[in-house]
Amino acid sequence: MKAPLRRIAHARSGDKGNRSNLAIFAYEPADYGVLLREVTTARLKAEFGGLLLGEVARYELPNLHGLNFVMDQALEGGVNESLNLDGHGKSWSAMILAMEVELSGDE
Amino acid sequence: MDKQNTFRIGTGAGFSSDRLEPALDLLRHGKLQAMVFECVGERTLAFGHRDRRSDPTRGYNPLLERRMRAVLPLAHAAGTRIVTNMGVANPRAAAQHTVKIASELGLKGLKVAAVTGDEINHLIGPDTHLMEPDCQLSETGREMLAANAYLGIDAILPAIEAEADVIITGRVADPSLFLAPLAHHFSWQLDDWPTMGAGTAVGHLLECGAQVTGGYFADPGHKEVPDLAHVGFPLAEVTADGSATITKLASSGGLVSQRTVKEQLLYEVHDPNTYLTPDVSADFSRVNLADDGQDRVKVNQAGGTRRPDQLKVTIAFDGGLLAEAEVSYAGPGAADRARMAGDIVAERMRDLHGRNGPMRVDLIGVSALHASAVDYPATAEDVRLRCALRASSQAEAELLLWEVEALLCCGPAAGGGYRGHITPSVMTYSALVDRADVVPGLEIFTA
Repeated sequence: MKAPLRRIAHARSGDKGNRSNLAIFAYEPADYGVLLREVTTARLKAEFGGLLLGEVARYELPNLHGLNFVMDQALEGGVNESLNLDGHGKSWSAMILAMEVELSGDE
Repeated sequence: MDKQNTFRIGTGAGFSSDRLEPALDLLRHGKLQAMVFECVGERTLAFGHRDRRSDPTRGYNPLLERRMRAVLPLAHAAGTRIVTNMGVANPRAAAQHTVKIASELGLKGLKVAAVTGDEINHLIGPDTHLMEPDCQLSETGREMLAANAYLGIDAILPAIEAEADVIITGRVADPSLFLAPLAHHFSWQLDDWPTMGAGTAVGHLLECGAQVTGGYFADPGHKEVPDLAHVGFPLAEVTADGSATITKLASSGGLVSQRTVKEQLLYEVHDPNTYLTPDVSADFSRVNLADDGQDRVKVNQAGGTRRPDQLKVTIAFDGGLLAEAEVSYAGPGAADRARMAGDIVAERMRDLHGRNGPMRVDLIGVSALHASAVDYPATAEDVRLRCALRASSQAEAELLLWEVEALLCCGPAAGGGYRGHITPSVMTYSALVDRADVVPGLEIFTA
């Protein structure tokens, strides 16, 4: 069954210079596996390639049932340089939760 | 929990413009030994330098006056030490002004420390390598305003040892503001890396204020937060091994849960195994969270390894003027008319005024924040055109405002609600310097 990521996870994004980080956590420990399988760097690149101009790295946090993504050159120069109203990229975390993910792992 | 062996530390501000009354509530009722006001970011530091350039007695946090007038009597009564980076680009002037306020309030004998030495313009030159955008400083073609190194707890501890009641710094790593009073209280060794890492985790969780107590978290229908309008600021009950319980006043709004703590733990973190500060390379990857009652979350298992040999430096440059102009369209075809208006402005700025630099065109209500990433359906019927550019002169900035305002009569049908703004702007880049070249300073002023 497919569902928006928002149904099973919450997220927060932050910035340092032109680099954005996005941490995504499963509400329920049982759904951590869905994050691991579905929310990959390749998937992020495919969905948001227009914004992610640099490297995307993923860190796994099994204790916290979360993933941390670090995205280089993702903020159009960063808060002091970008002409984007959201120069911090704060809205990232909400946008990513619209992504459709496959919830069941049986294939 | 043994009260004797617990240090209570709270947050008075999590960013430069943060609210005041949650800090005052914590001072009144939190029984805190220390309160930290964290008020400097890449953006605000650069603004501080801009302010100091126009008035050498300024350059500190614009809310310092208002905060100190309210905070000093309460902190004095509660025996709470205040640690803050509200000095921004001018900690000495901030300390002197704070002493003046203390004297006016009758707080005779109050000791205020200014921690200096973060401004290291002399270590930066045209050949300094910038980490982003990975070039030499001279290649930016911009005028440097100032360079500030991130100082660590070794810069703050002498002020605590001198028994300063209020410690005012410039650029210090945010978690260090919290770690310093903890390290002093528990006599932690500065090379006890796991404990430095644990204390840094506490500082990191507290440094953004309400972001760990339910602020920046609510999402109706998904993540509910009680009484967000009166969200409280956090405090931590820290024990000698660096583990802590994060909580808030029961009388305040918001919540502390494992979810709020998790989100904040990784906020602005890159590799969770190596969160670099001047004090330690902290490891948040094995952090363990446990519920410890209503609005109480226990945090332990943060660790750390040896601190880096180099310090990060933020270099601020004059960024010229940010010009922004907006006009709105509504009803059927609103998005098409807004898009047409944006195209007209772009064409005229290029062809009539000969301007070739980047200009951003946003359709607020259709796609403003992430236009390049997402294709939203352009069916919105309440759309605001926003044009923005960075100008090197007032005249160039005014040209954009004029062109957008002129759309009212000369542009597509039914445009209204023009507003234009010109804002002086700054830019910042990062570099590294050797720790040994950065020498912290301390001055004490007494009311």
